[in-house]
Formats: sequence, structure tokens, C-alpha cells
Amino acid sequence: MSPDEVIARTDAWHDHPAFAQLLGLCPLLAVTTSVARALGIAVASAIVLVLTSTIVSLLRKFYARELRLLSYVLVVGALVSAVDLVMHAWLPALYAQLGLYVPLIATNCLLLSRAERLAWHANTGFAAFDGLSHAAAIVVTFVAFGALRELVGHGTVLAGADLLWGGSGTLPGVTLFHGGVLLATLAPGAFLALAFLTAVHRRFVGVRRAAEPRPAPAARVG
Amino acid sequence: MPGPEARALPWKALVAIAVLALAAAAVAVFAQRGTRARVAENERLAALSVLHSVLPADVHDNDLLADVIEATDEELLGSTRPHRIYRARMGGAPAGVVMEVTARGGYGGPLELLVGVLADGRVSAVRITAHRETPGIGDGVERKDWISQFDGRSLVDPPPEDWLVKRDGGSFDELTGATITPRAVVKGVYNALLYYKQHADSIYEAPSIAVPL
Repeated sequence: MSPDEVIARTDAWHDHPAFAQLLGLCPLLAVTTSVARALGIAVASAIVLVLTSTIVSLLRKFYARELRLLSYVLVVGALVSAVDLVMHAWLPALYAQLGLYVPLIATNCLLLSRAERLAWHANTGFAAFDGLSHAAAIVVTFVAFGALRELVGHGTVLAGADLLWGGSGTLPGVTLFHGGVLLATLAPGAFLALAFLTAVHRRFVGVRRAAEPRPAPAARVG
Repeated sequence: MPGPEARALPWKALVAIAVLALAAAAVAVFAQRGTRARVAENERLAALSVLHSVLPADVHDNDLLADVIEATDEELLGSTRPHRIYRARMGGAPAGVVMEVTARGGYGGPLELLVGVLADGRVSAVRITAHRETPGIGDGVERKDWISQFDGRSLVDPPPEDWLVKRDGGSFDELTGATITPRAVVKGVYNALLYYKQHADSIYEAPSIAVPL
């Protein structure tokens, strides 16, 4: 497959998971109230995404087509259980703040979408690359959201950054101004931020839907 | 129109999925076993840090979580359920306690407090752990600058007749726009001090209970 074809099928920047595909919006809207939290959930989701795509691709020969969804769910479930338990043990303060959304990574549509649209049909290297490119898009997007909402909502950036390395969130971060609009940290503010950033993405990056990589069952990609 | 013919799956396919299911379960169990000890330790430290927010760590050398009793006193501790009292000791001698207290008479219901009392009967600090007061009005009692007015106070400082909010003729600040909540908290702390004074000996003598974390 030519490099152009590879990029066309995994273009996570133009076929953006949040702004174009509109997947995985639940954690994006719920826990991106600060850069620290956003980065926490994004890195956890990214790890699960890369591993899921890779493992699904590795296992694709073993599972009948009818059982593939079951295999995705089992892989995601196992990985999320592990990430959840590890986070609870080593980053307890961050885990307490992210709460329910860590186990909910298992329901993140983006993970299942990448497994079904690409990892099932592609060789392992390609699947891993796809996972990584979408993971990068997730991390950048979540951090952008977190920065926007934290800045507008509290006037700070990176407050509580020590959550990411096991602290209890006491670092004050950089304060750019005092006060801020409370709405930005609540659900309606999240939707407004999504609308704003979608518009920015559309204007400056442009949406190009990736080629639909679902061949007939007999054909294989890569 | 009917979809494609469903085919009977070969038994190998079902075995494959069963193996994956077992592997997934194994990953979860393995991760849980590997993190169990650390999680328990984190919870212990979190519970201790809550207690230390009302009683400084340097007044005692025992493990607060291992030295605790449960007491019931509807009048002074504020409810019919057992309230935990953590005993602090220094070199075996009583150094103070942390008491779970319920302050009745809040605007939205009773408030749960943690009251740290030093051996000599002075308050070391108070902290509100649960309440249903109105945000922006009664919940001001949670603020450091309000709740810290109890630090160092005792049953003689101020004297019992002044253990009221200023509006009722006492020495304690209320909040702008909220009197009911501060009144309840002052009463709750006063009752805690009374309980401590009345039961000081038995508090330290009673055998510790086992505390599941």
C-alpha cells in the first residue's frame, strides 16, 4: 500500500475523531475541566487505543467474522480493567478526580471504531500506526479542550499538574487572571467549547473523510 | 429481505473466544492482585491525612487508625449512631482525640464534623466533612477563615455562656446572611468539648475496636 493510501486510511488529523467523526465525546466533554485532568484521561485512553488496535490486529486470524465484535469488547475490557486498577494504585488523586470516566474508556466509541474499521483488516504494524495517530489526535485535542476550559473558567493553566505524577493536585499552575466564567467548567460550556473548536478545526485544518477501509471479507489490506 | 445465511460456527471459533474471555479475566485478576496492597495503603494514608487535618501529627506517636472506639451519645455527639473517637497518645500518655460529631440544627439538616481535641480540652481544629447547607450561604462554614475560629478554644475560653454566635450574645462570628448554620456548628463543637470533659478517662481506657478501612 502506498504511503498516500496509508495516510488516507489513518488520517486522524483531517478525519478527526472528535471534530469530524464525533466519537469519544463523553470523556471529552465531561472531564476536560483542566489541563491536568484532560491529559490524564487522554493518556489513559491513548494507551488503551494503541494496545487495542494492535492486539485486535494480532488476533484477527483466530476469530470468525461473526465473533469479531465480541473479541474487540473482551480486549478493550481487559485493558481498561488493567489501566483502571493501575491508576487507582499509583495515581489515586487523579483517579478520584476522573472517577467513573476511567472505566468508561471501555465504552469509548473511537476504540471500537478503529478496531472495526481498520485493525481487523490490517496487519499489525499498520494497526499500531493507526492507533498511535489517533492517540496523538486524542491527546492534542483533550489538552486543547482542557486548556481552553481551564483558562476561561478559572484563569489558570496547569493547575493541579502534580496529579499526573501521583501528587494530590495542590500545584497552583500558572495564573493568567483571576476569576473566570464558571460556565466554561460546566457541561454547557463544554458543548460551547466543542462547537468553537470544531469551527476552528474546520476553518484551519479542513475535514477530509478517510477512505472507507471495509473491503469484502475475502480481501485483506496491507 | 432476509440477510446473508447465518452459518453454524465451527467449534474452533467458540473455543477461540472462550480462550480470549479467560485471558481477559486473567489480566483483570492479575492486575487486581498486583495493585491490592498499594490501594489499601493509599486508603490508609488518605484516612490518616483527614485525621491529621484536625490534629497535628506531631502531638502523637501512635497509629490513630488502630486506636479507636465507638461511642453513642444522642445528646452530645448528635445522633443515635455510634461515633468514632480516634485516640492520640504520646509515649503511651493521652495526647488528644479526633471525634466524629454531628451538629444538629443546620438549615438543610445535620452537619458532620471532625473535632480535634487536645488532652487538656482545647480544640486543635474543626473540619466539616458533610453537610446539606445552601451553596453560597450556609456552606461558608466550610471555609478555612471561618472554621479556624475554633482553634485553641475550650470550655473556659470563652466561658460556657459565650459559646454562642455573636448575634445571640456570644463570642463566635456568624456568616453574613446565614446564622442558622453557624449556630449549629458552634453548638456541635461545644457539645463535643462537653462530651470529652465528661468522659475523658473512659475514652482513653476503653479497648480499641477493629476498623475496616
